[in-house]
Amino acid sequence: MTDEPQFRRVARFVSPADRGFAAAVYGGSILFALLILGLFVELVLGSWPSIVRFGPGFIFHSGWDPINSKFGALPMIYGTVVTSLIAIVLAAFVGIMAAVFLADFAPRWLATPLSFLIELLAAVPSVVYGLWGLFVLSPFVRTALGPALQKVLGWTPVFSGTIYGVGLLTAGMILALMIVPTVTAISRDVIAAIPRDLREASMALGTTKWETAVRVVLPAARVGVFGACVLALGRALGETIAVTMVIGNRPEISASLFAPSYTLASVIANEFTEATTSIYVSALIELGLILFAVSIVVNALARVMIWSVRGSERA
Amino acid sequence: MIPSLRRCSAALAVMAAIAVPAAAATQLTGAGSTFDFPFFSKAFYIYSQKNPDVTVNYQSIGSGGGIKQFSSKTVDFGATDVPMNGEELAGAKDAVLQIPVTLGGAAMAYNLPGVNNLKLTRQMVADIFLGKITKWNDPQIAKLNKATSIPDTSIVVVHRSDGSGTSYIFTDFLSHVSPEWKSKVGTGKSPSWPTGVGAKGTEGVAGQVRNTPGGIGYVEMAYVVENKMTAALLQNKAGKWVSCTPETVAAAAASKPEVSASNFSIVDAAGAGSYPIAGYSWVVVYKKPSDAGRAKALYNVLSWLIGPSGQDNAKSVDYVPLPRNVQETAAATLRQMQH
Amino acid sequence: MAQNGLRYKGLRRRRIASWLGIALAFCCAAIAAASLLVILGYVVVQGVGAINFDFLTQLPHPIGVPGGGVGNGILGTFIILGIATLMAVPIGLLTGIYLSLFGRGVIPEALRFLSDVLSGVPSIAIGLFAYAVLVAPLRHFSGFSASFAFMMLMLPLLVRTSEQAIRSVPQSVREGALALGMSNFRATVGIVLPTARPAIITALLLAIARVIGETAPLLFTAFGTQFWETNPGNPMAVLALQVFNYAISPYATWQAQAWGGSLLLVGAVFVLSLGARLMLRRSMKGLEA
Repeated sequence: MTDEPQFRRVARFVSPADRGFAAAVYGGSILFALLILGLFVELVLGSWPSIVRFGPGFIFHSGWDPINSKFGALPMIYGTVVTSLIAIVLAAFVGIMAAVFLADFAPRWLATPLSFLIELLAAVPSVVYGLWGLFVLSPFVRTALGPALQKVLGWTPVFSGTIYGVGLLTAGMILALMIVPTVTAISRDVIAAIPRDLREASMALGTTKWETAVRVVLPAARVGVFGACVLALGRALGETIAVTMVIGNRPEISASLFAPSYTLASVIANEFTEATTSIYVSALIELGLILFAVSIVVNALARVMIWSVRGSERA
Repeated sequence: MIPSLRRCSAALAVMAAIAVPAAAATQLTGAGSTFDFPFFSKAFYIYSQKNPDVTVNYQSIGSGGGIKQFSSKTVDFGATDVPMNGEELAGAKDAVLQIPVTLGGAAMAYNLPGVNNLKLTRQMVADIFLGKITKWNDPQIAKLNKATSIPDTSIVVVHRSDGSGTSYIFTDFLSHVSPEWKSKVGTGKSPSWPTGVGAKGTEGVAGQVRNTPGGIGYVEMAYVVENKMTAALLQNKAGKWVSCTPETVAAAAASKPEVSASNFSIVDAAGAGSYPIAGYSWVVVYKKPSDAGRAKALYNVLSWLIGPSGQDNAKSVDYVPLPRNVQETAAATLRQMQH
Repeated sequence: MAQNGLRYKGLRRRRIASWLGIALAFCCAAIAAASLLVILGYVVVQGVGAINFDFLTQLPHPIGVPGGGVGNGILGTFIILGIATLMAVPIGLLTGIYLSLFGRGVIPEALRFLSDVLSGVPSIAIGLFAYAVLVAPLRHFSGFSASFAFMMLMLPLLVRTSEQAIRSVPQSVREGALALGMSNFRATVGIVLPTARPAIITALLLAIARVIGETAPLLFTAFGTQFWETNPGNPMAVLALQVFNYAISPYATWQAQAWGGSLLLVGAVFVLSLGARLMLRRSMKGLEA
């Protein structure tokens, strides 16, 4: 792989075709940049009335009352954060261990189809997860998992209350299924990028395969693996349709994981086409802006981590 | 890449060829009330079979959505179960006509396997939605329904998550029967529900109730009939037990012969046979639509819809045809539309 | 002797621990793969019964009229994806060429960062953007606005992959072309791009797989219709949107069709991913040769 700028050294746009080509290349790139900047500008402009009216309090207030034009994003932020945390807690361990297996232990005949299956899991459309969540997972949570958890841990507020089937826990579990492939695929690449020498040196010192993988390779790859988890978290934060179908759509902060809740993305999905007053629309766009800002931070963080391990070759 | 592109475009061409005859027609787009959807779905289907040159694309996104999309002129007409109020009319900028198109009732659908003909007083409905009654075998409910044994199931309240005219009708009813509801929550398309889970559209509420043992929600009666759901008997203002049927809804409408866009509420109606949660549904159009060709088509569709043959479709899908005098009001209003 | 035994025992314990650890890792990989098989299993079992000729070719029927299908949604999906691809490929390719040629410096780095940012932006926010620029001003929901949203979702993958694909074409190939007196334009379009083509097509297939089932932005762009619609200026039916609407509906027939639609979507994703994989393998072989 050559990483050299290939054009500049020889680059003189002499012929008309070359000049036209250069113009097209520049034009396409500028258009691309404009699209992304336009997205940001549009979100800021659209949410401006809400930003002016509610100020920073928008983020810290609960109470989503379109009739009286009172809007506070806190319940949605809470719902978004809790579902994403459930997802990452469930997905991180399974995903990383699966990555260790695929990178270090699996024979090739097993690793290839397994990797393909797991990557396919990442491509299954959100609405399909939602459908499955609605008709399979949510009844399971209501009739089996929920009562079992409540029997053991019902004394804590976290597992108390009515088990609706839809709610924070179900949404978090669906999200976990959706982000396991992200964690696994990236972690596997990061682990595979750890030099062979390190493994060989470790094995030469008499460690077992497992000790090498967990005590030597994984620590060496930890920043990248952590980055994979952060990237997956980013995906969970912005996921819309599947969550909308199983979250219960209720703008309220509740300690119980069985309680219905709401996320930033699902409020927009449910309410944007019908928000009548302009301040209502603006408040919804501000939710989108928050989501946008969070995803920038999370993704930037994750990519920096993944790059630092993989070196100059980028995700 | 080239051969696969060619294959794709061939597939597109074939599909386009199938689609061409229909695509030549005038397509009207409407959006709004999910309460109306089964009725509109049937009626517009019949209409375009009779008039192949016009198709009406109706998307049930909720009354609030209907008003929003109508005001921003992304659709040709809106449908809502509660007429646009002064603020919303001001938001639409141009002059708006509000035409009643059908009459329906919201049944209290519930999911308790084995329990039929459950009776609920108006106060109990309010207390359930206030979160004060949380178990199906609550002493009050049990006392009223001695004949049946009610399981010890938690009540799962299901309400709309989107802006809904049905929510308006229902909360209007609750505000009429419960002072506590009136002061704590009030009447509106998207009230702050004290309890329960939200579902998108009447379809969503019905779906959620169907999928959740212990669920209860307010659902247009056509959905209850079509899905063979069970609905509660309610006690009306006169103290009689009524179920949600075309007859009881018509009786509620009969209690108030004159309706207009500013005076439309028929909830908690007097009269022994009146069902307490009923309401008209409305179509909103601009007095002067910008596109003359579409305006003509829209006028024709709507005058058919509020006329006798359109209203006949209402019965077949468990809605109530508009009373004679309301039909006349509707026709008079529609005539003001430029076409 | 005793000491040796102890060490041996320690080693054995460590070996057992090692095997247990590997078994644990295997279990985790198996759980991840098995959860896919469970979901796929449901989709296939529930969906296969709903799929028949009518389902693929008919319009949705009104409530209460049995039968009907998602033919218009399938058609709409093709048209919207087609337009999105036609828009995304040139922009993505040109930006990729730019990045591969002018690899370093502030502007390319900024562009890469923007591209990464875009790849992480939730699709619902992109739907808001498409609504703001194409639906609200034109006062019409349209298939085109959905294509625009899809294009935005496809771009980051296309940009980064085409950059890498073009970079991975050996420098000698380009230099050879230039040495023969070709212009930069001819060298890039005639020699470099064809070499990078399999990798770019791989990226395109993956990008299509990513958006084919995307639903969130469609709620306020394509909007849906019950009719055949081939004019992208009008609201259009899209399969994913139909699946969503049918899934949350109370009607058993519609729910069955939601499973059927899901099966179609998953099938399409499967075929696209498999195609991408085969294409990638071919491009690897091409490079080795």
